[in-house]
Amino acid sequence: MNNKLLSRRQFVTGVTMGAAALAINPSILFAGVSGKNGLNTLTGSVFNLNIGEQAVNFTGTQRKATTVNNSLPAPLLRFKEGDDIVLHVTNHLSEPTSIHWHGLILPSEMDGVPGISNDFYGIKPGETFTYRFKAAQSGTYWYHSHSGFQEQTGLYGPIVIDPIEKDPVAYDKDYVIMLSDWTDENPMDVYAKLKKLSHYYNFNERTHEDLMSDIDKKGLENTWNDRKMWNQMRMSQRDLSDVTGYTYTYLTNGVTPDKGWIGLFAKGEKVRLRFINGSAMTFFDVRIPGLKMTVVSADGQNIDPVSVDEFRLGVAETYDVIVEPKDDRTYTIFAQDISRSGYARGTLTPDISMIGEVPELDVVPNLTHSDMGMDMSNMSGMDHGSMDMSKPMKGMDHSKMNMPGMDHSNKGRDMSTMDSMVMHADTEFGPHVDMRSESPQYRLDDPGVGLRNNGRKVLTYADLYNLNMTHGYPDPDREIELHLTGNMSRYMWSINGVKFADAEPLQFKFGEVVRITFVNDTMMNHPMHLHGMWSDLETGDNMYIPRKHTIIVQPGAKISYRVKVDAKGSWAYHCHLLYHMLSMFRRVDVV
Amino acid sequence: MKNLKAIIGLLLLFSAQAYAGGVEDDPILAKVMGEVEIRKVDGSDPRVWNIDAWIGKDLEKLWIKSEGEMVNGKITESELQLLYSKAIEPYWDIQYGIKKDFKPTPSRVWGVVAIKGVAPYLIEVDASAFIGKSGRTALRLDAEYEYMFSQKLVLSPEVEINIFGKDDEATSTGKGLSNIDVGLRLRYELSREFAPYIGINWGKKYGNTATFVGNEGEDIEDAQLVTGVRFWF
Repeated sequence: MNNKLLSRRQFVTGVTMGAAALAINPSILFAGVSGKNGLNTLTGSVFNLNIGEQAVNFTGTQRKATTVNNSLPAPLLRFKEGDDIVLHVTNHLSEPTSIHWHGLILPSEMDGVPGISNDFYGIKPGETFTYRFKAAQSGTYWYHSHSGFQEQTGLYGPIVIDPIEKDPVAYDKDYVIMLSDWTDENPMDVYAKLKKLSHYYNFNERTHEDLMSDIDKKGLENTWNDRKMWNQMRMSQRDLSDVTGYTYTYLTNGVTPDKGWIGLFAKGEKVRLRFINGSAMTFFDVRIPGLKMTVVSADGQNIDPVSVDEFRLGVAETYDVIVEPKDDRTYTIFAQDISRSGYARGTLTPDISMIGEVPELDVVPNLTHSDMGMDMSNMSGMDHGSMDMSKPMKGMDHSKMNMPGMDHSNKGRDMSTMDSMVMHADTEFGPHVDMRSESPQYRLDDPGVGLRNNGRKVLTYADLYNLNMTHGYPDPDREIELHLTGNMSRYMWSINGVKFADAEPLQFKFGEVVRITFVNDTMMNHPMHLHGMWSDLETGDNMYIPRKHTIIVQPGAKISYRVKVDAKGSWAYHCHLLYHMLSMFRRVDVV
Repeated sequence: MKNLKAIIGLLLLFSAQAYAGGVEDDPILAKVMGEVEIRKVDGSDPRVWNIDAWIGKDLEKLWIKSEGEMVNGKITESELQLLYSKAIEPYWDIQYGIKKDFKPTPSRVWGVVAIKGVAPYLIEVDASAFIGKSGRTALRLDAEYEYMFSQKLVLSPEVEINIFGKDDEATSTGKGLSNIDVGLRLRYELSREFAPYIGINWGKKYGNTATFVGNEGEDIEDAQLVTGVRFWF
């Protein structure tokens, strides 16, 4: 059933796989959509960026994209840590635009969110706005429009900031892998379709065949009972992604899957791959069959290296990995979307005439009771047991953490008490909210739906340890609990049941440490992004707290992080799924 | 650029409000949806339509519901409802308004209160109560389920029940249970928006309705093969 579907969708999006890809003449492989293989790079400290329209053709149909310097993705900007950066951004569109520097710590005035960043109201047509800030950090980041749906139509690009000090990560080659989702549709139409028929893009619903196979395997009664809650709640177990490969063509550095981005290596080299998810709506599950990936950085910040086979890259997240191909062969960078409706791909190869094999998409997973925020201890047949933060984590190198007198196994909070019952505000009740988690779990070591027990070592947030000690990190002064809420079938999204248009700004006090706890009362993953300040993830080990700028809140789950409120002004705080962002959004005022 | 026009249009419409990204999260949208079909009966082959439309926002909409039947180019049955619809539960809307039956004549006007939404087990329900002149009352229940044979091949059983509070011989409706219609349609979604279908429709009149209809020499029970298209935009 899925195969049939895929072949149809491949036709629609112009994706070819396997044998068809082998037939492509290698000489055209470098001829990407804009006639190149990947990214333009601009290096230095003063930049001129021109935002305009550009004809593109990813699917066989010509469309207009929103681009920077006629490039999609926008050019890779390469800064040096400590430099004063000046960017002259000129708007050649006939509508307002803006650029937000995602993950960079800078003054509110330079953060680029119209109407929220201090004294910034967007860049009007024909105008030039000059952004000035110090590159205060190093690592892999990105930039994108914060106006309208321009991010969907192409306005996103990578940023790499080289460190002043010696890079703790050694590598011979350095590639940015920016993943994104392209649609030929007008994004306004996509949004309207979702409002009129929320499962419009979901062609992986459970069907007759799947029901019969369940009955065969489990019997009628068990099948009925397994599906009972979903049926009673009127929800789909295949509600994995709002927008899918039905309309999306997934791009690697702006190159379609049938063309395929190519990165060259010489065997024995250490290759650094900087993965950035610049999608509007797509979570990618990334792996390179045949290669272990050593994750060295998360959201631009160095972490204790951890070796994995696969990782989930939420919208707006970045991971840097090191791979060491030992053989003279090709390796396919395979990034399937979370709903298994398509993929982005690239090839690492010693020779551009060699073409890699593309794996099949994984089986479409079903959401489980844990993804509904149900108490898993009462459920049988769950594929993810209750979490025990006190056990040592497998695959971690704790050797250097074994200092005398230091108990890092259960420092700080007792995570088991965090899986307690939850209170829901009055504003969460009504026609705009279709679900409330009864018992959201702190699921740091849960790789998430579709990646559980798949036979591969999948990165989880529990694997993230800051490379540097975070000893002496002050305890939070207060806690703010925010619930991610929505009504899927009406396609409405909100925080605490209140959408942005109706919400008061959140007030943070300058100098305080806030613990943000998110409870996800929906069945979708939401990548939450706080502008201007770091999100320091509470993993249970306060000595090595990893810092991120975007935190995935898994369906029906709970997660906490600390924020050192060290940046004055007004900031955006929102779900980074573009069609959720309009309403699942808060303004934060630091006073 | 069409894209741009749409966004600018929206910006103009809601320019007073500064929303995230500048786009209104709850724009005014409109949707038209319906089924038109031919029913195969000896000789007459009536054309039947059932077309609804709404315009509005997430939780408040104006609804139009229209249905009717045409035989040999002449409309034999037709009704139109104009309703204000407000969401009251995650899956339920309450709708108030008026309904006019244009055919059969004499025409009748009703006040309407309806509950429309999705019941557990994903059963789509539209339950309406009607109050007319001279103490006339009526109830109608519409329920539909969708069984997915594949992502595009969908079987939908459907039932409609009509109950009236008093006899109205002029329009051939009788007190009590008046009629039950049961349909089974198999559609193939060429696209989300357009799906041809085939199916069967079985209908039976009861009580005084059956008597009135029988007196006119019409069938009180019939089964028909139907072919049609289901669409929305």
